[in-house]
Amino acid sequence: MEIVFMALCGLLAGIIGGMGMGGGTLLIPMLTVFFGVGQHAAQAVNLVSFIPMSAAALFIHMKNELIDYKKALIIIAPALASAVGGSFLAKSTRGEALGRFFGGFLIILAALQIITFIANKKKEKKGKKA
Amino acid sequence: MEKKLKYTLLALFGALTGFVNGFFGGGGGMICVPLLIYAAKEPVKKAHATALLIILPVSVVSAIFYFSFGSLDLSVLLKSGIGVVAGGILGALLLSRLSNDIIKMVFSAVMLAAGVRMLFF
Repeated sequence: MEIVFMALCGLLAGIIGGMGMGGGTLLIPMLTVFFGVGQHAAQAVNLVSFIPMSAAALFIHMKNELIDYKKALIIIAPALASAVGGSFLAKSTRGEALGRFFGGFLIILAALQIITFIANKKKEKKGKKA
Repeated sequence: MEKKLKYTLLALFGALTGFVNGFFGGGGGMICVPLLIYAAKEPVKKAHATALLIILPVSVVSAIFYFSFGSLDLSVLLKSGIGVVAGGILGALLLSRLSNDIIKMVFSAVMLAAGVRMLFF
């Protein structure tokens, strides 16, 4: 039965991810809260399952010429270096603490999303009036 | 001068994107997409597509390290991974058909609830 529920959670996270809204931030808490998967293991699963999904999407975007390679390159170089640092820091952080940090990270992301959502709505309204 | 500043900003937030994605095993896109929209002035669609090109190699590198640390649970990966890939395709197809506003609000609420649960309990 667990396989069905886990696949359903993956499906939900995949849909959100496929829509470009950050499915990983949904898969990780679902795995830890509902299935008791360790924080490190949930994060590892998210990283790996993101690869085929995004590779497929990326292929489509490349065909549609939706990629800005120059800017991507400027961002990728430092991002790769700090990803190594982030991975090592995660390894040396205890699972329980890492989970709490992740919780804080989620709250910040949710707050930012709500703020930008409201700001965009206000802008839309103003645009309509003008 | 302004161009220099912009590139420095992109590089700095690029470093943050990589760190977050490595430390939390995801979520780098949540920094990268707004960075591309607001600092690089990319249109929304292009920002999302370009962010994927950035997060993909970053995730590959992080995944290799997580794997080498022994953090990867193959059984969990198989069980949820099937769903993630199928959902990813479905999500990409649904993208233009559903009202994004409602999904965004529900998703934010779920994130907030999960965050509170994980931080405090």
